[in-house]
Order: sequence, then C-alpha cells, then structure tokens
Amino acid sequence: MTFSPEMEARFAAMLLKYPEGRQRSALVPMLLYAQDEVGAVTPEVVNEVARRVGVDPLQVDEVLTYYSMLHRQKWGRKHLQICTNISCLLVGGEELWHQACKKLGIGHREVTADGEISLEEVECIGACSWAPAIQVNYDFYHNVTPEKLDELIDTMGKKS
Amino acid sequence: MLYNEPHPLEVKILTKRFGLPNSASIDTFLATEGYKGFEKALTMTPDAIINEVKASGLRGRGGAGFSTGMKWSFLPRNSPKPKYIMVNADESEPGTCKDRLLIEYDPHSLIEGMLIAALAAGSNLGYIYIRGEYRYLIDIMDRAIVEARERGFLGNNIKGSEFSFDCHTHSGAGAYECGEESALLESFEGKRGIPRIRPPFPAVAGAYQCPTVLNNVETFCSAPPILLMGAQAYAGLGTPKNGGTRLFCLSGHINKPGVYELPMGFPLMRMIEEVGGGMRGGKKLKAVIPGGSSCPVLKADECDVLMDFDSLAAAQSMLGSGGVVVMDEDTCMVKAALRIMRFYAHESCGWCIPCREGTTWLKKLLTRFHEGMGQRSDIILIGDLAKNMLGRTFCPLGDAAALPTISIVEKFTEEFEAHLEGRPCPYEHASQLVRA
Amino acid sequence: MADLVKFTIDGIAIEAAPGTLVIDAAKRAGIEIPSFCYHEDYSLQAACRMCLVEVEKMPKLQTACTLPVAEGMVVRAGTQQIATARKYTLEFLLANHPLDCPVCDKGGECELQDMAFRYGAGESRYTETKLHVDEAQWSPVVFFDAPRCILCFRCVRVCNEGMGVGALGVVNRGAVSEIAPNKGDHLECDECGMCVDICPVGALTSGTYRYKTRPWEMEHVGTICTHCSNGCKTTLGVRNDQIIRGNNRDRSGINGEFLCIKGRYGFDFYDHPERLQSPLLRTNGKLEPVSWSVALNAAATKFKDVKARGGRFGVIGSNHTTNEENFYLQKFARQGLGTNNIDHHRTGDVVTLLDSLSGTTGKLAASEDFYTKKAVLILGADLSIEQPFLAFQIRANKRHNNASVYVVTEKPVREDKIASASVRAEASGQLAAVENWRGALSGQTELLIAFGDSIKGDAVRELVAFGSSLGFPVSYCCLLDYSNSRGAVDMGLIPDLLPGFHAAEAGGMTAPEMLASPDLDVLWVVGANPLSDAPLASTSAFVVVQDMFLTDTAMRADIVFPASSAYEKTGTVTNVCGEVQRLKRANSTMGTKPDLEIMGLLGKEMGLAPVLGPWLPDTVFEEIRKTVRGYNVPLPVISTGGAAQTAPVNGRIPVANRPELIRSAHDTLFTSGTLGRYSKMLNSVIEKSDAEKSLQH
Repeated sequence: MTFSPEMEARFAAMLLKYPEGRQRSALVPMLLYAQDEVGAVTPEVVNEVARRVGVDPLQVDEVLTYYSMLHRQKWGRKHLQICTNISCLLVGGEELWHQACKKLGIGHREVTADGEISLEEVECIGACSWAPAIQVNYDFYHNVTPEKLDELIDTMGKKS
Repeated sequence: MLYNEPHPLEVKILTKRFGLPNSASIDTFLATEGYKGFEKALTMTPDAIINEVKASGLRGRGGAGFSTGMKWSFLPRNSPKPKYIMVNADESEPGTCKDRLLIEYDPHSLIEGMLIAALAAGSNLGYIYIRGEYRYLIDIMDRAIVEARERGFLGNNIKGSEFSFDCHTHSGAGAYECGEESALLESFEGKRGIPRIRPPFPAVAGAYQCPTVLNNVETFCSAPPILLMGAQAYAGLGTPKNGGTRLFCLSGHINKPGVYELPMGFPLMRMIEEVGGGMRGGKKLKAVIPGGSSCPVLKADECDVLMDFDSLAAAQSMLGSGGVVVMDEDTCMVKAALRIMRFYAHESCGWCIPCREGTTWLKKLLTRFHEGMGQRSDIILIGDLAKNMLGRTFCPLGDAAALPTISIVEKFTEEFEAHLEGRPCPYEHASQLVRA
Repeated sequence: MADLVKFTIDGIAIEAAPGTLVIDAAKRAGIEIPSFCYHEDYSLQAACRMCLVEVEKMPKLQTACTLPVAEGMVVRAGTQQIATARKYTLEFLLANHPLDCPVCDKGGECELQDMAFRYGAGESRYTETKLHVDEAQWSPVVFFDAPRCILCFRCVRVCNEGMGVGALGVVNRGAVSEIAPNKGDHLECDECGMCVDICPVGALTSGTYRYKTRPWEMEHVGTICTHCSNGCKTTLGVRNDQIIRGNNRDRSGINGEFLCIKGRYGFDFYDHPERLQSPLLRTNGKLEPVSWSVALNAAATKFKDVKARGGRFGVIGSNHTTNEENFYLQKFARQGLGTNNIDHHRTGDVVTLLDSLSGTTGKLAASEDFYTKKAVLILGADLSIEQPFLAFQIRANKRHNNASVYVVTEKPVREDKIASASVRAEASGQLAAVENWRGALSGQTELLIAFGDSIKGDAVRELVAFGSSLGFPVSYCCLLDYSNSRGAVDMGLIPDLLPGFHAAEAGGMTAPEMLASPDLDVLWVVGANPLSDAPLASTSAFVVVQDMFLTDTAMRADIVFPASSAYEKTGTVTNVCGEVQRLKRANSTMGTKPDLEIMGLLGKEMGLAPVLGPWLPDTVFEEIRKTVRGYNVPLPVISTGGAAQTAPVNGRIPVANRPELIRSAHDTLFTSGTLGRYSKMLNSVIEKSDAEKSLQH
C-alpha cells in the first residue's frame, strides 16, 4: 500500500534517520504516523510497515499491542482523551471523564455511532500543573472546566 | 504565552528564555548566549568537560538522581563502536510536565546540551525520544534541528572544528515504561518497551548495543549553563551534592500550580505556600507527593523538608522527577493509592511476575476496598503485597508502584479503616454533596 | 583453562569456571535455585524472579540466572527472606492461574505444581476475580490456554532461537500480556511441538495428547524415531498397548530437548485403519488373509523351489528396518538363497565418502560435532526441513559458540539467516562455489562439511580432496534419508558389498536391475516400496513383501507378511552420523511380527535355521559386533539407551562408483515415505500441502 505523498516523504526521511541496517528503529514512529493517516493500524498497515522496516508481521503485532496509543480499531475523527491521573484527579479530572461519557453516550475506547468522536480515559499526559487536562487528537486543553468541556464537545461534533 | 506566571523566587537558569518572543527560534537563542556553552566546550578536552559536569553536582533530572558527570565518565570512549547521545523526552511520570516546556520554549538548549555531551563522549549522532503524546514538540524540535543545521551547529565540522554531530527526533507511542532507560532503548530499536537485563548499562551497551549517553531533557539542558557559568557557580546555586536549579512541577490543591525553576534544596513548605500561592480555598494540607507518583507520600507534618535528593532520601521519600503533587484535607488517600496503582497496573510491561501480578492484584483489591467492600485483613494485605513487590521486580516500576502504596497504607491507616464495613468513601461522599 | 572461581552458596564452598551463572553452579553443587524462565540453552530473561538470592555486599536481591560467579562471592539461597520471596512470587503467579489441575494435561508433570508444593504457601489470599480467556487451537498439534500461561517466554525463545522459526510472540502489556501465534489466530510453523514440550505448565498442550490420559497412567519407553536419519530419541507414552504421546521426557538422547513433528507426533501411523494385521496370500488373483503358517509355508515352498532350479532371486531391503534385520536379510539372501542380488534405496553416497577417507581417522562427524565444530558447511541440503536435528544443532552452535556457518544450496534455506556466507548453486556448480570460498575458509581452524545427494560419486572425492587441502581438520557427514539408511549400507544391502564394506566374491543385480530384469523369478521386498516409481518387468516374478501397509509393491505381491513398526520391535539402528542406537519395543499391534522374526520363521520353514542362526535381536547384534567392521560398539552404552558411533572403515572399498543409484527422496518435516502417508497428524497440518508442492518441483 502507499500513503499520501507527504507521509511517503516523511517515511522516506524517517528510514534515513537510523544507521544502515537499523531501520527497525522506525517501526514505532512509522506505525503511529501511519495510524494518524489511516485512522487505525489495519492489517494492511501492519504488513506494509513490516515490509518497510524488515520485520515479520508478528513482530509488528507485538509492538502494536504494547503501546497504548496504537490501536487496531478506528477512532473517531476527533479522539477525546481525558486524563484522570493523580494531578488531574485532584482537581476534577474524573468528573470531566464522567461528564464526557454521559454527554457522548459512550465509554472508554468507544466511538460515537456516527464515527465522529471517540473517547478514552488516559494516563498522565504531562499537563499536571495545568490540570485538569485533556487532549483532542494531539491538541492539549488545560485547566478544563465542565463548561469548557461541554463547549469543546459541542464544537467537536461539528464537521470541520 | 506561558502556561503559568513566573514567580519572583524563581532562579531563571534553564527557563531564562521562557516568555521571550520567539523563544524557540535560533535567533532568540543566539541573542541570549545560545551555543556559547558549546563553543566553550569545543575548546576543552572530553575529560575536562566531564570533570566540569561532575564538579557542578548535576544529578539526573529524570528521577534517579545519579551524578551526570559520573554517568558520562562510564562511557568507554576508546570503543571502536559508534557512540550515541540519547535524550529521554518520554516524560510520563504522573505529576511531571517540565521537559515539555523546555522543548517547547527552548529546543536549542537541548541541542546544545547534546552537543556538549557528544563532545565529551566522542559521539557523532544523537536521538531525542519524545513521547508520542507530545506530537507538537516533535515538530518544534524538528524545526530547531533544521535551524541548527542551517546555522552550522549540527552537521560536519561544526564551526570549523573537527567535530561532527547530527541528531534526530524519534516518537514514542504511549508507554510509561519507556521512560526507563533500557526500555527506552528497546523501544527506540523498534521493539516492545521491555527493560533490559543490566548490567551492561547503556553507557557500555546502549542503542544498538553501542556506548550511549542517555539522560533526561532537563539534564542535557543543564549542561550549557554549567559550562557557561562554571561548575562552581552552578553548584553554588543548590545545596551540597545537589547542584543547580531544577524545574519543579507544582500541581494539586494549591492556588498557583505551575512549573517553577527553583534552586535545589528549596524548602517544600515555602514552595507550597509562597511559590504555589498556598492551599486552595484555605484548606489544610494533608499530604504531598514530592517527586512524581512513584515517591512515598509525605504527611503534612513531614513536609518541613528541603527539596533535594539527599534531604528527601533522609525523609524516606525521593525527589524523583520534580513533580510536587499537593493534596488537601478533603483528599481520599485510599482513592489516591488506588489511582496510582491503577496507573502502574496499566503501565506494567508484564515482563516479571511480581510487578505484573502484584500491580493488578493491588488494583483490584484497592478498587474493592475503596468501594467499601474491604475487610480489616485487606489493610495488612495491601501493605504486604506491596512490600513483596519492592526490590524483587525486574525494573524500578515495581518499586514505583509499591513505594507510594506502602507509604499511604502505613501513614493513613485510619482512612482505610474509615472505608471498612460497607461504609462509602467519606471524602467522595462529602465532595459529591458539595457538587450537588 | 582459566582458573576456577571460588565462592560459597549457603556456606558450601563451590568452584566454577569463570562466567558460570550462579544458578548453574548451584545446580552442579546440588543446591536447587528454582526458576521458571531460565533455560540454559536460550537467552536470559530474569522475568520470573523465582531465582532471587542474597549476595553479600549487594544491597538488592539478585537473580541467580543472570549473575556470573565471582571470586569470594557469598551467596545465600536458603534464608528466610528468600523463602518468603519465593512464596510470594508463587502467590502472585497463582493469583490469576486457574486451579484446574485435576483436568489439566500437565497435572502431575507441572513445574508450577512442583514449585507450589516445594516453595509455595498452602493457601492464597487472592479473593478477586481471575482473568479468563478461552482456550484456542493454533494448529492440529498446538492448543493454547492463556490463563494457565505464566509468561516465562520459554516457548517464544525455543521457537525463535532454537528452531529459527519465530512463530510465537508476545502481545499486549501487563497482566493481559499473552503469547500469540504468527498468523493471528493460528500457527504456520514447523509444528514441532517444541513450545508444548518446553512449557512448564499446561498453557500449551498437544493436540494428540490432550485429555487422553493422566501422565502417571503411562509407561514411558525411550526409543529411536523411525522417520528421518537423524536418530532422535523419542520417549513414547504407552497405555494399554496404545502410544498416547511422543516427547523427549528425560532429554537423554543425542537430540537433548529436540524433536520435530515427526518424532513427536508422527508415531500415529501404527494404528492407521489400513494397517496390515494378517498375512495375505494371492488366491485366484486376489490377496486373501491367511494364517501365518499357510503364508510362511507358501513362501518357503516357492523360495526352495526357485533355489533348487537355480532361478533368479531379487532381494530389496529397507532403510528403516533394524541393523539386525538388514544383517539377517543379507545373510539369508547370500547364504540361504545363494544370491548377491540384494540392494536397497540408496539415499546418499556413504560408500564413496568412506572410500575417499580411507587411511584417515576421525573424519566422520558425530551429531555432537554439529554443535561443537567452529565452522560448518552445508552443501546441497535444506537442512532445517530434511535433517531437522542437525539443523537444530547448528543453530545452537551459532548461538552458544558463534560458529561460522556456510551454505551452498539450490534454493534459499533457513540457515541463510545464521550464515557467514551463503550462495545459490545448482548441484553441478556446488563444488565450484565451495572452491570460491577457499579464502574465506582459510581463517577457520576446523570445519564440518555436511553434504546431500547433489554430491555423489567423484564429486565426493573432489570434496574430500578440497577438505584435505585446507590445512586444518575437516570432518564430513553424508546426509541420508531414513532412520537406518546408514545401517542398510553398513549391513551389506548392496550387491557387491558384504557387511562392513568387504567386497562380495561376485557382484549381483542392483534394485533397478532387478526390477528391469524380465526373467526375475522371485522378488522379496522387506520394508520398501520400489514399485512406487518403477514397474516390475518380470510379469511372472513371485513377489513376497513384508510391510506394515498395502503399498504399491505389496499390491503386486503374491504373499504379504504384516510387519511390526519400529516402535513394536527391539534392535539397533544407525543414524546419519553412524551412531548406533537401540530401539525399545513400546507396544505391539495384533497380528504383526517384527521383520526379523518373519525372516527367521521363513528360514526355519526352509530348513535354513542352522545356516542363519537364531533370530533373536540380541544374538544377531552380537554377531554384528563381532563380524561387521566398525560395529564393535560398547554394549553398555547401547543397552542403556546411549549412542555409540561406529568406527570408520579406514580401508579402500573396492566397488565402482554408482552415483546414478543415489537419490534422496527429500522428505520434508511433513513427509516420511510410506510412514508419512499413514500418519494422521502429519497429514493434518496446513504446512503439509506447501511441503508437497515443494516435493513436486
């Protein structure tokens, strides 16, 4: 399979980052970027990435199932990640989590029926001093209040 | 825009460019003594650089607090193998959010730190392993690397010297365990993030089994100021054997949470009351996690302590990664213990039995306990299971899970007793009433 | 040798070679340090934490499996702290482990049971719900029960490092980590069952064995696998005359822990429904069951008659009958029937190799040498597929001793992955390819050359000349097909060679000549199927066949004697490296007799008993030891289940090269001549069809 020209360029550069014969190093980042584009690590992505970095598909499976950001199922166009780890927990992260579940009608690692939004309770995302924090795809939102979360979910639902 | 206002008590060494316009650009960097530490290092021998770092009293900012100069000195420089510089930017210790700022606001200082380490190690190639969630930092870092190449700070014969060095970013994909240095190397090599048997340590057999300098972002960023101001001046900022400043990440129930650069050995209570603006809502302090979630918690009456590695060790806790999590009187410590254990059970790599089974067992047990279905014998069991993970696991993650648990169950036994006999969590109940 | 390191464990003074791991040193000193994940052949894991010990001056407990001994080291394994650590580790393990021991195949042979018995606590404090995942079938021979898995990663290592297959991996993280097969929900691999064998618990179970019996209900009979020439010991679990499983229970064979699918699962041909259980006599053009006395009498009468009128006999022996049977058969032919028309399907040019090596000693590789020699050259053979144990040895040699491996084959082979150099060449170009490596090989100090049937006749002589010119010791292994191909040559199943490679006084017909002879009067075939690929020219020939099944040859027979399988007889076989090993009878199938007994009875019926002597395996073996050059092997070694290499001939062998008679069947992991066709298990695995395709090239 082929990816978009931009992604192909990224992958070509990525493979060159590592010393000759060490292209397996590109496995984890390549899976993550491929997932960003395809929406999931599909069996095709597994085979393609395996081929490009020179490993067996089983070795890709081993890696893919180890890292919590990598997933086989398709997430929503907007993936809402709510941190409930200790710093966020202390200042309302768990309440935000319940609020999001209730508002979207889905649970942990689930996707709304229209496939637009998916939800995940995540571990510390490195925003502890500006807690509670959430991430939508790769964008951080800090000091989130229940009102801000409501607003955010409302705008997320709208197709951009 | 900064995430939080600076505080007047801060000593701005690593954070001096935070808040400058275009602080991440190489022009801003060069205008503020950027790459000057490296240029000085270019005139020094590797041993002189290492001695300078040793003398500075710099200790690893990732959590373990090992002397950086010592670590660099373990590298077999005469090895015929290539040597690598590896930056651990897999910041994921709960309570910690400082490396993120260093890369966001001052990526060139990290490159400069890598260059200095590369000179000391005889390395020509480095990588920055950035956690996958920090995607925007990868883009910032990539731009900085391109700038540095364009201005001749990366590449062949840097600044007309014989020294050549280049570096690249490398993305993780969500795994706390990859912050452990040998697991990071496995992950970097495209494998599951399972730690390696040590020895050999990364200094001898790191990336691709080659000698590797592996440090935390903040550690590398501390190298340029050390060379610039001199080891003595840097060391003098902190307490004995705890040189310099570090970034403390204040979070939890305080008025002004934020990341602040303070001298090593800064008193914890002043950190909470002055820098952090005191307890939120005038509540009473109950407990503090002084250095990220893997540290034993301090009770309020144990918080009269200086924030350096040795003082906290004396207080039976750890300075760790600088994540100071402050908990007020309304905090349920059973819940805190549960949440921390849930994290470690989620992040356990599954390699060794005590960690894999122990964290999961404790997670289930604490969940049941917090729901009011605990028995008195469970209180002993919680501590007992944690103690039997301690020191027996393959890597420090087992200890990281055990230490806070042991400290909480021992220091807050009465809170566990308050959850017995089907009683609902008294704190959760209270807060729910407040919210209602 | 380096000085031994002196240290103590629990106050006991121990000496060990530098680099020895504490866990191994302790074992040798009789101190058990328990472990699940440690396996001396495979990479270190330090995962199970059972082997933690106290070491003086080290603040933390250390894993004995990763700790090399050091001078003056003080180790404590018997302290209260260590006892507690072991107990808790077991409690952690048992937390999620299902306690279905009463119905678990591994019950009674389970390392977790043993450990819990010895080091564990009598009760568990675990009251939470256990994780559960349903059992999965990964192939006809491999089942996986995830909750029972303790994640010692032995299976992953044996498959990857030991077999070079890498069909097993680890997926997920933390408590839900799981062993996974390479094709998502199933395996595509060698189906060797090594993963099942090495599993300390009942997580990986065998398709042939599961839920059949309790281990203590079986007798365990160590015998030699009858499929390929490597001569692996397989321990057959027998209950009520039924073979229930094959494994290598006590690892006492030359193969140590190794068995392939054929050795482990390929025993099942013995109770195939088509197994012959009665003699057959052609009556009115049809083969009809008759009694042994009728059949023996009919055969003897015909043999006597043809012998009396000076008719032509043709005798074709087997590659998988015992040395005793082969010896007896050639004696029967030569002394009883007065003919040198005796042959067998020759699968490798042993004769030319031995002749080329005349005047030298120590040039024939033992199976151990594949593990110890510093360099190994594989010539014209897909070793992993055709000689799986030898290939296993080479992989271990690479892993443990960093041996140099060189490969010259027609097609890509598994050994390419571990080879210092590998090249593709047609049979005719293989010697030239080796010659090209003269420079590369010059840095070596010793070399083992294993060659297949592409090197035969003068090519063998050229190869030996090349080896001799290298200037360092070179040993050789002529690769062969079946469990006693080597023994068949040694025992004189060749027209112009008597047992022990003495020249026969007169020549005789080769097997193809017998089949092509229009006036052959009798064709006697013992355990072979020559008519499967060539017709019998003599339409009037009287054909007597001894076999387990109604083969193509048996269908043409006038008399068929139902023979016992190798697992139903005693005797000796000689493997590809000339190592003599003993078969031990595991079971019997009603109505069959061992070939030796059939020949003995036939001889007796003909009045030849005084000439041929008793047909007792031990008596015949004694005669072999006394009369066959090289076979004076030590009896205590053989009779206790050991292997003894026959001594080389060390003299010229006065026969002409007949390379055209040498042809390997190139049986794969999933084929085994006639036997393979009747093994349900070999035919059930999906890899079989791929193997068949490659055979039809």
